Amino acid sequence: MAAQIFSAIFVIIIGVGGCVAYFWGANKLLDVVFPSRGVSGSTAVDNLRRQGLVRPWLFVGPAMIILTIYLIYPVVETLRLSFLDRGGASFVGLANYEWAFGDREFRNSILNNVVWLAVVPAACTFLGLIIAVLTDKIWWGTIAKSLIFLPLAISFVGASVIWKFIYEYRGEGQVQIGLLNAIIQYFGGQPQVWISLPFWNNFFLMIILIWIQTGFAMVILSSALRGIPEETLEAAVIDGANPFQIFWKIMVPQIWGTIAVVWTTITILVLKVFDIVLTMTNGQWNSQVLANLMFDWMFRGGGDFGRGATIAIIIMIAVIPIMIWNIRQANKETGGH
Amino acid sequence: MTAKTGKSFAGRFGVHIAVLVFVAIWTVPTLGILVSSLRDKDQIIASGWWNSFASSSQTEAGRLPAASAQAQKDGKYVIEGNIFGEGAKRNISAFGVKSSAPTQYTAGTAADLGDGVTLQMNADGSFVLSSPKAFEGERGQRVYFASSAPPKFTTDNYRTVLFSEGIGRSFMNSLTVTIPSTVIPILIAAFAAYALAWMRFPGRALLIAVIIGLLVVPLQMSLIPLLKLYNGVGSFFGVPSKAYLGIWLAHTGFGLPFAIYLLRSYIAGLPREIMESARIDGASDFEIFVKIVLPLSFPVLASFAIFQFLWVWNDLLVAMVFLGTEADQIVLTAKLNALLGSRGGDWEILTTSAFVTIIVPLIVFFSLQRYFVRGLLAGSVKGG
Repeated sequence: MAAQIFSAIFVIIIGVGGCVAYFWGANKLLDVVFPSRGVSGSTAVDNLRRQGLVRPWLFVGPAMIILTIYLIYPVVETLRLSFLDRGGASFVGLANYEWAFGDREFRNSILNNVVWLAVVPAACTFLGLIIAVLTDKIWWGTIAKSLIFLPLAISFVGASVIWKFIYEYRGEGQVQIGLLNAIIQYFGGQPQVWISLPFWNNFFLMIILIWIQTGFAMVILSSALRGIPEETLEAAVIDGANPFQIFWKIMVPQIWGTIAVVWTTITILVLKVFDIVLTMTNGQWNSQVLANLMFDWMFRGGGDFGRGATIAIIIMIAVIPIMIWNIRQANKETGGH
Repeated sequence: MTAKTGKSFAGRFGVHIAVLVFVAIWTVPTLGILVSSLRDKDQIIASGWWNSFASSSQTEAGRLPAASAQAQKDGKYVIEGNIFGEGAKRNISAFGVKSSAPTQYTAGTAADLGDGVTLQMNADGSFVLSSPKAFEGERGQRVYFASSAPPKFTTDNYRTVLFSEGIGRSFMNSLTVTIPSTVIPILIAAFAAYALAWMRFPGRALLIAVIIGLLVVPLQMSLIPLLKLYNGVGSFFGVPSKAYLGIWLAHTGFGLPFAIYLLRSYIAGLPREIMESARIDGASDFEIFVKIVLPLSFPVLASFAIFQFLWVWNDLLVAMVFLGTEADQIVLTAKLNALLGSRGGDWEILTTSAFVTIIVPLIVFFSLQRYFVRGLLAGSVKGG
């Protein structure tokens, strides 16, 4: 363990030191190769121009190399692997895709993912918006927001344990130590094994993600709400609008852009949801989702990279529209340059 | 602000209540594992954690054994036993057979249940149910009792998980993974962000678009090719393919798009005049970056560091793919996931381990919330 701590510290020093040495050294080298001081006027101008051509690439170089290895190359490689067999040795055409759409578990995952996508972003955005509006009106709103925001710092696995404890089931008539069944039993209902209830168990898993992400939606939307010009609200009050009209007709339309951003961000997160399903059910009782199925196929029976890659590609396809939208938004903002 | 506030007293009261309900839903679950992690392990399964502060008397329900347990004694049919079974013995003060009157009879007395059936329940939980006729049915008699067990809190659970369950070691592993993975990307991203914000070069717009695109590429796309790559590198050099170096670099790579995006939008917003006057004074891009941009960017660097720290600390997927499951490599999230499988019903282990895994993020979060929120806003309110 001492060796491990030592190696971690060593890596920090090497990593940071290496970065500093590279940036400083490369910059120095450029000044030496194309000197701009102590040479005649026209050479200096030429060399400055050459420096200007090279230096940006020295700055973005390390980032580009890492991004290429860890993200760009894998995207291309995953696409290629999805047309190959399990070991990546021979070309199988669309066989993996045909398998996927004929596979019961895969179809179940797609269905579940659709339900997750329909419920979670909407619930988070809606709850976040409501809480943002309500907490804005009371003196202890900041504290309340801080507490609702807190689950965002908790890992999905930690949150899963927290909620598994809430859903804990004991036979009827026994002392329920899970909060949900205790409440149900207190009111005379039947305790249930929530995470294995067909179809509805998905919702009990979704609650975990909603619980985590509502704070995110709340903070972003709360800041957007504060950006609404006060005059528009005052005008609405003078015109006799009631609080609901003010909310739906004055506030919501003005923060529509932010709502879209929150919605898409959570949508992407939902497509990647993996930890919650793995720890709560591992896909049993028809609660499988694509990301967990993909992880499963990476290692199932020694690993089937062809099928795993195919599932990854299908997740990617779902993300692409959002990706294009994001790039367009960003281009609009920077004026396209 | 008054314009937004509901005018009626009832309206304002309702807002307070509604927010209170939301706060309760969002905090009670976490409170549950914190309280449970500090309880005695026998008490965790004996009563709900919300009852853990209850003083000596708490009402519980139980069921006596079914008719099959009966024995004949002195011409009567008798079922005997202890309501606590093998569990911890507690002190019963009263008992009853109806949920509407769970403490009808004092412990030690015989209760007449009608038809000559009597039930006596003693303070130690032992009971005698006797009847002139044979008992029937598969379900035993329902009983309620007020037991007195003083609330017992302990730090034993923490001692157990930290030193015998391997959570302590995993804690160190998590730190080993997280700190280098947080520090290394910062400088790399900062240089790239400065170049993309303030230097003119062909292909810059394309690079920015690529980075924004990469921002949303699911991690799943990278896993298989990188796993293959790591296995290849590992066998080529004859080193293990699952190593800390691999995960440090992987987290650096996965964190870079967000880092560059966040830093670029901040650095691009720095006042142009400062850069230009420095340039007129003869400062090179390198000097401008080191002497002006880096110090001014401290808040956004802190934001990114917090994000990356939380992200890496809480990550399960990358750790499961790129690290081994042995004690010397398994991180907290993976260990917790393994415990869920192996110690499924042992809530004293699970709640305590879960609390250990979330305590660091909670501390970081509470002490640095300002930077965290700022990063969140800068990172996602684009296009709003």
